[in-house]
Amino acid sequence: METYVNLFIKAAFVENLALAFFLGMCTFLAVSKRVETAIGLGIAVVAVQTITVPVNHLLYAYLLAPGALAWAGLPDVDLSFLGLVSYIGVIAALVQILEMTLDRYVPKLYNALGIFLPLITVNCAILGGTLFMVERHYDLGESVVYGMGSGAGWAIALIALAGIREKLKYSDVPNGLQGLGITFIIVGLMSLGFMGFSGVQL
Amino acid sequence: MSEMRKVVIDPLIDNNPVTLQMLGICSALAVTTSLLPALLMCVALTCVTALACAAISLIRHRIPNNIRIIVHMTIIASLVILTDQLLRAYAFETSKQLSVFVGLIITNCIVLGRAEAFAMKNPVGLSFLDGLSNGLGYSLILIAVATLRELFGAGTLLGYSILPLTQDGGWYPANGMMLLPPSAFFIIGLLIWAIRSWRKQQVEQAEYQIHEVHRTDVY
Repeated sequence: METYVNLFIKAAFVENLALAFFLGMCTFLAVSKRVETAIGLGIAVVAVQTITVPVNHLLYAYLLAPGALAWAGLPDVDLSFLGLVSYIGVIAALVQILEMTLDRYVPKLYNALGIFLPLITVNCAILGGTLFMVERHYDLGESVVYGMGSGAGWAIALIALAGIREKLKYSDVPNGLQGLGITFIIVGLMSLGFMGFSGVQL
Repeated sequence: MSEMRKVVIDPLIDNNPVTLQMLGICSALAVTTSLLPALLMCVALTCVTALACAAISLIRHRIPNNIRIIVHMTIIASLVILTDQLLRAYAFETSKQLSVFVGLIITNCIVLGRAEAFAMKNPVGLSFLDGLSNGLGYSLILIAVATLRELFGAGTLLGYSILPLTQDGGWYPANGMMLLPPSAFFIIGLLIWAIRSWRKQQVEQAEYQIHEVHRTDVY
C-alpha cells in the first residue's frame, strides 16, 4: 500500500508530466484560460490516463514484449516495434468513445473543449505516460496508480495555471506579450518552482 | 497560384504553428538544449507532417467521420515508426539523445492539427505543401531557440566552440540556466513578443481595458 501512495505522490508532484517533463504543453497552454474549462479537461485527462496506462500495460505484457506470446506457443516472437502504433490506437479509440459520451450526456463541456477533445489523442502526456510505464516496467497495480497520479499532477498544474491566468486578465501586460507570450513566461516561472520538487525522495 | 503561395508562406511567420497556432510546443521545449538534435528533429517532423498530410488528403473522401482520428493516428504512427527506424540506422548517437521524442512526433499536435484542419478539406498537392511549410515554420522556431540555448548555455554551436568558456581559459562564463527547461519557456515567450512587435496584427486583444487615470481627471 505504502509503495502505491509513494508512487502516486511521485507521479503527481516530483515528476509532474507538464512542468518537469514538458509533456502535453499545447493543450496545457490553450485550455488554461478559464478555471471551469480547465477542471473539465483535467478530469477528462485523469480519466483517459487512468484507463489507457493499464490497458496498454496489458497489451504490452501479453502481446508485444519479447517472449510475451509464449502463451500462444510463440516464445521467440518480439513485437515490441509495433508498440507505438498499438498504444496510440488504444488511446485514439478511448478518446473517441469519451468524445461520443460527452457529446451525448454533457454537451456543454463537449462544446467548451471543442477541438481540444480530439487533441487529447495527441496530448503527449497520455502517450508519454504509457511510454514511461513501459520503460520503467510497472506491474498492473502500479500502472493504474501511475496513470492516475500522472493524470492528476497534469490536471493540478493545468488548473493552477488557469487560476493565475484568470487573475492576469486584469493586469496591464505589454501589447506584444498579451496572451500567449505572457503565458509562456508564467509557465517558465511555474516550472522553476516545480524544479524544487525534483530532488525530493520519499 | 496565389493560393499556393499563401499556403507556403503563411505558416512561416504570419501563421506560425508554434508561436501563433500553439501547436507542437512539447518537443520545441525538450529537444532544444543543443542544435544538432534540434536539426534532426526538424527534418524528421517536416517529413512526417508533409507525408502524413498528403496521405490523409489522398483518402479523405473515404474516411468515415466517426473513426477519422484513429485512421489519422495509424497513418502518422506508421510514418513515425519508419522515421524512428531510419534514424536508428543512420544517426544512432543523435537518435539516442532524442530518446522518446521521436516516438512523441506521433502526438505532436502539428501533424494531427494540420491533418484535421487542412488535409481533410484540400487536394493532395496543396495538403503536402501545407504540411511541408508548417514543418518549416516549426523548424524556424526550433532552430532559433536551440541556437540561443546552445550558444549561451554551453558556448558551442553544433559542438564547435564559439564562445570560449571560463573553465577552459576563455572569457565566457557558461549560463547553466539556459540548459534547464524553464529557459526554453522564457525564450519562446520573448520570441513571441519580438514577432508580435513586428507583426502587429498578431497581437491578442486584452479582455479588459485598464482605464488610464490622468491627473487632470482627478482634479
